[in-house]
Amino acid sequence: MMPKYIAHSSAIAARKLGEEMIIMSAVDSTLFTLNPVATAIWQAADGRTPLSDIVATAVCSEFDVSPEIAYRDAEELVEQLAGHGILLVSDHPITPAEASQVSR
Amino acid sequence: MSLIEQLNAKALALGVPISVHLDLTYRCNERCEHCYLEHDDKGEMTAAEIFDILSQLADAGVFFLVISGGEPLLRRDFFQILERARSLLFNVKLKTNAVLIRENEARRLRELGVEQVQISVYSHRPEVHDGITKLPGSLKKTLRAIEFLKSQGLKVTIANVLMRQNLLDVSETQRLASEMGVGYTLDPTVTPMMSGDTAILDMRAPRAALREAFRDPVLVGNVEEFCAVPAAIDADALDALPCSAGHTACYISPYADVYPCVQFPLPSGNLRRQKFIDIWKNSSELNEVRSITARNLPTCSSCTHVASCTRCPGLAFMEGNMRGPSTADCEKSLVRTGIPSANMLAKTAGRWQPSSLPGLVQIRLAAT
Repeated sequence: MMPKYIAHSSAIAARKLGEEMIIMSAVDSTLFTLNPVATAIWQAADGRTPLSDIVATAVCSEFDVSPEIAYRDAEELVEQLAGHGILLVSDHPITPAEASQVSR
Repeated sequence: MSLIEQLNAKALALGVPISVHLDLTYRCNERCEHCYLEHDDKGEMTAAEIFDILSQLADAGVFFLVISGGEPLLRRDFFQILERARSLLFNVKLKTNAVLIRENEARRLRELGVEQVQISVYSHRPEVHDGITKLPGSLKKTLRAIEFLKSQGLKVTIANVLMRQNLLDVSETQRLASEMGVGYTLDPTVTPMMSGDTAILDMRAPRAALREAFRDPVLVGNVEEFCAVPAAIDADALDALPCSAGHTACYISPYADVYPCVQFPLPSGNLRRQKFIDIWKNSSELNEVRSITARNLPTCSSCTHVASCTRCPGLAFMEGNMRGPSTADCEKSLVRTGIPSANMLAKTAGRWQPSSLPGLVQIRLAAT
């Protein structure tokens, strides 16, 4: 399995409100709210840590879920967020310069 | 409930200031006749002070950040401040006259991920717009800037203010916005100066112009609903909060003063002496604002418009009492529905003049 790396797009606004993350795309002003599990993945998306490690440390250790199910759900989540342009997904570590590319 | 409404409700429940309006300067390159600000610099915050405040705002949970002025682009460090704000992941809306925005500035705004740019345009005619701004050539420069911003794919809204000087140009200005492919808003209220000076209120548009604006579906949506006779007063209406000022939003001046809103000049603390979160949580002024519901308003709680009125507590404050009516909003309620407010009725009860009501049939009761 190829490792996956995730990083925030720079074309977003984001803030934690209670246990949830609110995110707005600067590209199309779409507003998203992430539940606590998705928020944990989002907050760990530093471009350097593989998604599998994020799931193990930020999800499985904090929430009652098996690693397989957690990883499958996490992959689905990051693909959705990537589809909206608010998260970058790559098979290699993502540099800050790559993450700062604002696509409009 | 929309997602934004849900966010605001959650922020209210958590006591989070989800929106802050930050004026970087009161200096301006225009001298708009209706402006509520004094433009002399009386000690603006430095970039370092602003950076510190931005960090405090992010820690407090602020998400929506309006950056405005005066003209914010007059600050030489404007883009450094904007860059810092965006690095802290605020959703930034910029309010500007756009006179200083050319290709490079527009590109930079896009690169920094500004969500929206709101630009003041008062008429489609240079002689009217420039007459209001007192800056020759300002309309031309502003419209050119809008083209630069549009070409970068930025979301732009033209913001107009309805006043005596431009009331004949409202529909053409709206058409201009449409032709340029940008949004349009019309503020029907000229507000007093922050110093309390009310001389500029003479520029408020007459009732007929307000009435016309309130019958425009582009501006108000469903006209029938907007102008409907108010519903009966119920407990929900009386327990409602007046607006977000002090509840989920506040205003910070270029001098680090904190107010409930840009239109509510109740000094509530100063960020040169206090931390933002301390002011937000403990300011007696903000807590007083938060304690007010419609039920606590001596005149407005019995007004037929209480559920639908846009009563601005800041305008009421500037009239002398934050719990009192805002006459500009009484006027709007009357123009919308044809029904006078409780405040209007109370005022006219003291000076009843039958001759002022043409067509009124006078009935004389026969003596028994």
